[in-house]
Amino acid sequence: MNRKLLAGPYIVWVIGFTVIPLLMIVYYGLTDASGAFTLANIMEIAREEHAKALWLALLLSLASTVICLLLAFPLAMVLRKRGVGRGSFVIFLFIMPMWMNFLLRTLAWQTLLEKNGAINAFLSFLHLPGISIINTPGAIILGMVYNFLPFMVLPLYNVLCKIDDNTINAARDLGANFFQTLVWVWIPLSLPGIISGITMVFVPALTTFVISNLLGGGKILLIGNVIEQEFTKSGNWNLGSGLSLVLMIFILISMMLVEKYDKNGEGTAF
Amino acid sequence: MKKRFLSVSLAAVTAASAVLSGCSSSSGAGSAGEVYVYNWGEYIDEEVIDMFEEETGIKVIYDMFETNEEMYPIIEAGARVYDVVCPSDYMIQKMIDNNLLAEINFDNIPNYSQIDPEYIERSRAFDPENKYSVPYTWGTVGILYNTGMVAPEDVPTKWMDLWDEKFDGEILMQDSVRDAFMVALKALGYSMNSTDPDELAEARDLLIRQKPLVQAYVIDQVRDKMIGGEAAIGVIYSGEMLYIQEEVENLGLDYSLEYVIPEEGTNVWIDSWVIPANARNKENAEKWIDFLCRPDIAKMNFEYITYATPNKGAFDLLDEDLQNNKAVFPDVDSLNNCEVFSYLGEDVDMMYNEMWKEVKSK
Repeated sequence: MNRKLLAGPYIVWVIGFTVIPLLMIVYYGLTDASGAFTLANIMEIAREEHAKALWLALLLSLASTVICLLLAFPLAMVLRKRGVGRGSFVIFLFIMPMWMNFLLRTLAWQTLLEKNGAINAFLSFLHLPGISIINTPGAIILGMVYNFLPFMVLPLYNVLCKIDDNTINAARDLGANFFQTLVWVWIPLSLPGIISGITMVFVPALTTFVISNLLGGGKILLIGNVIEQEFTKSGNWNLGSGLSLVLMIFILISMMLVEKYDKNGEGTAF
Repeated sequence: MKKRFLSVSLAAVTAASAVLSGCSSSSGAGSAGEVYVYNWGEYIDEEVIDMFEEETGIKVIYDMFETNEEMYPIIEAGARVYDVVCPSDYMIQKMIDNNLLAEINFDNIPNYSQIDPEYIERSRAFDPENKYSVPYTWGTVGILYNTGMVAPEDVPTKWMDLWDEKFDGEILMQDSVRDAFMVALKALGYSMNSTDPDELAEARDLLIRQKPLVQAYVIDQVRDKMIGGEAAIGVIYSGEMLYIQEEVENLGLDYSLEYVIPEEGTNVWIDSWVIPANARNKENAEKWIDFLCRPDIAKMNFEYITYATPNKGAFDLLDEDLQNNKAVFPDVDSLNNCEVFSYLGEDVDMMYNEMWKEVKSK
C-alpha cells in the first residue's frame, strides 16, 4: 500500500506528460483537419521532400553516431585505466559544457565557424587558408557530434569500468594481440554500453531541428525541421503528427535494440 | 559518480529555466482589475508597463510570443484568455475572418486621433472597416547591402538583383514563407498576395534558382550577420535599421550598411493592437491601447523598439535627424508599389507552405 502511494506522483507524471501527449500525436497523426480517420498523413512520408528530409536526417545522424563511437571508445578505454579519481575528473570536464544551455553552445559554433568567425580569424592570422563548412551538412554533423558526444562517452565509460582487468589479462596470456582482444573481449563485453550510447546519440540526432537550423543556414531540411515547421509555421498538426509517427518507428527500433542487448540496464548513463 | 554530475547539471538547467520563466508577469497591486497583454518579444519599453500600472492601478499580466503563427492557436483555442494582443496585418484579417476579435469602442481611446490617417487607411487592407485594430508599429522590407563589399555600380535597386551571380554565397534570405515569396512574386511583377497557382509555381522556381547563391536562410540573424560583414546583401525589415546604423557607428566599422526599397515595391507591414472576442477585461484593454497611443508613451516605445511609429504626435516629438531618416520613415512616394499582406485562406496558405518546402528541400 505504502509503496503504491509513493509511485503515485510518477504515475501522474507519466500519464500527464508521456501517455496523453503520445495519444494526442497518434490521434492527430491518424486524422485529417476535420477529424476523420486517414492514413494520408503517414503516407506523406513518401512525398519527395519528406522522403529526402528523412533520408538526409538518417544519413547525418548515422554519420555522427559512428564518429561519436569512434571518438568515445578509445577515450573510455583510456579513462578506465586512469582509475576512479582521475578518470572521473576527465568525465567531469566532458560534462561541464553541458551546464551551459545547448542552444547557446550551438550558437557559439555558428560564431566560431562563420566566414569571419573566430576559427577563420585565427587561421588567417597564421596565414593558413580558411575553412568554409558553415551552412553545409559537415557543420551539422560537427554540431551533432559536439552536442551528443558526452552521451556516448558516459555509458561506454560506465560499462568498461566494470570489465575485470583479469579478463583482459587472460586474453593476453592466451596469446591474443591487441586487435583480437578488442574484437573478442572489449567489444562484446561493452556491447550494452555501445548500444545504449548509439541510441542516446542517434535518436536526438535523428530528430534534431535546432542544430540543422543554426549550423545549416536553413538550407538543409531534415525531417525534424519539416515536423517543426508543420507545427509552428504551417499549423498543420495532423501532418506533423503523422510524420512524427513515422519517425517514432525508427526510435522504437533503436529502443528494441537496447532491450535486446542491454537487459540489465548496465550501459545506461543515468 | 557520473550519476551525481549529471543530476547536478540537470538541476542547474532546471533552476535556470525556473528563474527565466519567473519574470513573465510583473508585480504591482491591482485595485482596478487586470489586463492580460500578449505581445511580441522586446516590443515595449518595460518602463511603460510600470507607468501604466501606476497611473491606472490596473495590474498588467504580460506574455510574449515570437511569431503570429505561434500566437494564433492560443487565442483560437482559448488556452489562455488575453485582453489585448498585437498581431500583424494578415493575421488580424485571419482573426477577423474567424470571429476571434471584438470591435473596439473607439470612444474609450481618445488618443486614437494621434494615429496618422495614412496608416489607418492602409489598415483597410486587413481590417476593411477599421473596427478591430489600432496600429502600433509599421515598416517595410527591403535590401540591405554592405558598401565595402558591393561596388557602387552594383548597388541593388530591385529584387532581381538578389539573383545576380556576382553575389554568389553573399546573399541572406528571409527564412519565412510569405517573406520569401513576396521577394520572388514582386521580382516577377506579381502581387505579393497572389493566389494564382501558376504565378506561385513561377515564384517557387525562381526561389529554387536562387538557392545556390544564398548563403543562409535566416530571420533575426540577418542583422548581426550583416553587421559582422558575413554577407554582402540581405533581405531585412526596416525596423532593424536604427540599431544597425548605431552599431556600425559604435563599432567604428570601415563599411556602412545601406537600406534600399526595391523599385518593384515591397511589403508594408503593420502590427496593430486588437482585442480578442473572449477578452474578460475589454475596458482595461482599451485603456491599455489608449495609453500606448499617447504621444510621449509612443515615443518611449519607438525609442526602445526602433520600428517606425504610426503615431503623429510621437513623430513630432522626435529629433529632426530621426524624422529625416529615410530607412525608418521612407518617403510616401517610394511606397507606391507596396502592398500590405492579406490573409489568403487556409488552402492558399497550404499551397505556399508546400511550395516553400519544395524550395527548402532542393
